[in-house]
Amino acid sequence: MPPRITAKERMQITRQAMPEQNATERSHNFLEVNLGFPERLALLEADRCLQCKDPRCAKGCPVGVNIPQFLDLLSNGKIAEAAQSLLCDNALPAVTGRVCPQETQCEAECVRAAKGLPVGVGYLERYVADWAREHRDQLPQNKPQPSGKKVAIVGSGPAGLTAAGELAKHGHAVTIYEALHKPGGVLVYGIPEFRLPKKIVAQEVERLEEAGVKIECNVVIGRTYTIPELQQNFDAIFIANGAGLPVFMNVPGENFKGVYSANEYLTRINLMAAYEFPRSDTPVLQGKRVAVVGGGNVAMDAVRTAKRLGAEEAMIVYRRTHDELPARAEEVHHAEQEGVRFEFLTAPLEVVGNDKRWVTGMKCQKMKLGEPDSSGRRRPEPIPGSEFILDCDTVVVAIGTKANPLLTATCPDLKLNKWGNIVADENGATSIPGVFAGGDIVRGAATVILAMGDGKKAAQAMHSYLSKTAAVTA
Amino acid sequence: MPSIGQFPNSRKPLMGYFLSPMHRILAKQTLSPNVTRLDVQAPRIAQIRQAGQFAIVHLAENSERIPLTVADSNPETGTITLVIQAVGKSTNELVALNVGDAIRDVAGPLGHPTEMIESGHALCIGGGVGTAVVHPIAQSLQQRGVRVTSVIGGRSKEWVIFEPELKRYGQVVVCTDDGSYGRKGFVTDAAKEILANDKVDIVYAVGPVPMMRAVANLTKTFGVHTIVSLNPVMIDGTGMCGGCRVSLGNEIKFACVDGPEFDGHLVNFDELQDRLATYREFEQKSLACASENCRIEKQLSAQAKA
Ligand SMILES: Cc1cc2nc3c(=O)[nH]c(=O)nc-3n(C[C@H](O)[C@H](O)[C@H](O)COP(=O)(O)OP(=O)(O)OC[C@H]3O[C@@H](n4cnc5c(N)ncnc54)[C@H](O)[C@@H]3O)c2cc1C
Ligand SMILES: Cc1cc2nc3c(=O)[nH]c(=O)nc-3n(C[C@H](O)[C@H](O)[C@H](O)COP(=O)(O)OP(=O)(O)OC[C@H]3O[C@@H](n4cnc5c(N)ncnc54)[C@H](O)[C@@H]3O)c2cc1C
Ligand code: SF4
Ligand code: SF4
Ligand code: FES
Repeated sequence: MPPRITAKERMQITRQAMPEQNATERSHNFLEVNLGFPERLALLEADRCLQCKDPRCAKGCPVGVNIPQFLDLLSNGKIAEAAQSLLCDNALPAVTGRVCPQETQCEAECVRAAKGLPVGVGYLERYVADWAREHRDQLPQNKPQPSGKKVAIVGSGPAGLTAAGELAKHGHAVTIYEALHKPGGVLVYGIPEFRLPKKIVAQEVERLEEAGVKIECNVVIGRTYTIPELQQNFDAIFIANGAGLPVFMNVPGENFKGVYSANEYLTRINLMAAYEFPRSDTPVLQGKRVAVVGGGNVAMDAVRTAKRLGAEEAMIVYRRTHDELPARAEEVHHAEQEGVRFEFLTAPLEVVGNDKRWVTGMKCQKMKLGEPDSSGRRRPEPIPGSEFILDCDTVVVAIGTKANPLLTATCPDLKLNKWGNIVADENGATSIPGVFAGGDIVRGAATVILAMGDGKKAAQAMHSYLSKTAAVTA
Repeated sequence: MPSIGQFPNSRKPLMGYFLSPMHRILAKQTLSPNVTRLDVQAPRIAQIRQAGQFAIVHLAENSERIPLTVADSNPETGTITLVIQAVGKSTNELVALNVGDAIRDVAGPLGHPTEMIESGHALCIGGGVGTAVVHPIAQSLQQRGVRVTSVIGGRSKEWVIFEPELKRYGQVVVCTDDGSYGRKGFVTDAAKEILANDKVDIVYAVGPVPMMRAVANLTKTFGVHTIVSLNPVMIDGTGMCGGCRVSLGNEIKFACVDGPEFDGHLVNFDELQDRLATYREFEQKSLACASENCRIEKQLSAQAKA
């Protein structure tokens, strides 16, 4: 039988664009920006994959999704099989399909990127995952034999959720302890609805609960229970409490009314639904001129959120230039389309306020790029005499997060590095036998897929650890 | 050691989330015109909470997360005592609950336990609802063998709370602004007399910001170490948002994880008072919105959305 489609024909298909909400309209609502491929576009895009024998794309993916396999199944109309294949490698594909920095990972390695545009792996991952969410009944459910072992997981972000799913597959009894009242970590309190609808996170959590994972919210490890207490009741522990301690700029005026950390700003709006105030009880200041300091994903989320809350001017204030922005390319592109203003080569010196201590502006300094620093990025240097006042009534500080010492302070045996991150080997093993860690608490602020990769690896290591040890008395 | 992972109430999955273990209200008592005591089921917190710690309470899906001190607890019944002053929407909704009603989420115990002394004389000063926060501190001090003198105050007689409870731990001086009960005047007046006439090793002061500031200024002149319990706006209570930041000298602290109690001689009270006013406009709107008018508005907007 001749192949359904030849390589030449595949090469002739151009990359399909993601249908998206019109930029003017969406900059006033919280609905998802990307609308998702219809079936026709998905099949067409999947046909662009050359089915490489030695697929480079998979090497670019931190969890090694078998990309040609799921794309082949998809393009041949076997979507249930495609979903199964994808879910086998990636526990939260509906999430990663939306938030992975594909352009620096799988798609960066795709051979088609050499001549033209790479296969839209992320968009297709999203397509297949969304199908799987809607057709859960068409996917096989295998109930594993209970192993008799109990595992505790701290934190329900991507690392914790992935590890939970993986461990439940092996029949271990998994309990996730989450400090907040909703599971999901950054996926629910940080990343906004217009990029990752909370319904999707809820469905992924539901899938885990159906697989037998127990989630206890409102449990703050380090306060409600400590790690040594958990050790007495569980056979193994996975710590994935993220990097949730906001870093401030340490400049004068930072405690004026109208200065937020990005964590606070986004938590108010996402977790606490402040954009629906007064239908929800938590308020947020709706600045007319909002300055967001930083250039990463968090900064882009904050500035696009400010726009949606009605800011007349929503600005990014960043020390370097467009080329150095660490945010996902799509996010920067979307922010530009939505009318976000970019103040590049600008560093804040001070927050300025009125006599009532409300923010009225930010004293900034212009920068120029000097020699590359240790990270290889050109170091910004101040231009003397270039100070100016940037007019704004709200400042959102999005310059990073550090490890939160709340948990580690109550577990002195846990080895930390000088920044307070937990020291773990490539399998997530920490200095305490049976205690594993992964995600942002180990890496510092990183990405969803790296956190998931850690969760998966640690779960495998925990499974082999558990196979060698006797169960604690239940 | 209590067994972990076992909560007394069964939970059923709902919309992808397990409902929190039911935090039912087992007892309710009105303490003063706008202060209400609720005994709420929260077995784990009841077992381990210490003086000075608080819980984050989240009444229902669209509610705020608000911090409330654990004023007392009963490990046998698994209940914690919350003493709530109705000041805005969230606290009004809480005090409107009745025995048998439930709170969706209660997380804790949060914050550091109170810094204690092991012997000597402690002066515990409580203003208004702050008296409820002082109560577990006085209780714990007395259990350690510390002599406790409490000075508590309210606008008038019916606003004075926790007097009988505090009497169990030592001498109590009551002050009212109008002189309708105890001595007339502010708690600082009574405290000044005690500081002048008795040896005081440590002062604990909890109440409105102006009261804590006045006490701190007073004790500075006497050179007595003073601990105050700060009440900035909080959300998560775990150190994640930084909204609860307060200035101590040149240092920034997060009240939920580094506090909520701090050295009163270092606290920047002006800044705290100022930051507490951030959402004043919203708070009024939120309260007003609980009224009939807004209910109609909500219905209309719901209809418009459908
Ligand atoms: C606004 C924002 C946007 C982002 N956008 C992207 C993006 O587009 N793409 C991308 O790849 N990455 C993005 N990231 C980064 C990514 O979200 C994180 O790297 C990832 O979520 C880390 O996962 P984690 O599981 O380690 O921790 P988290 O997601 O931080 O989850 C940790 C969980 O542990 C809980 N917890 C903390 N302490 C305790 C405790 N003591 N006891 C119990 N529970 C506790 C927390 O409440 C939280 O739920 C973004 C981050 C932010 C903040
Ligand atoms: C550690 C701590 C312990 C506390 N203990 C008690 C207690 O035992 N009993 C008691 O009655 N009150 C206590 N409070 C104060 C209580 O949390 C607030 O009164 C409550 O949040 C007000 O909510 P509201 O919606 O009713 O009022 P709002 O109308 O929202 O506000 C009224 C006032 O409360 C302040 N406030 C608003 N939201 C918060 C918030 N999320 N966190 C803190 N303050 C806020 C506002 O600045 C304003 O001054 C405590 C606060 C802290 C930080
Ligand atoms: S998980 Fe991320 S990197 Fe891996 S294939 Fe999917 S989109 Fe690409
Ligand atoms: S590298 Fe590109 S073309 Fe090759 S298998 Fe991967 S996605 Fe397909
Ligand atoms: S309440 Fe968020 S850091 Fe303290």
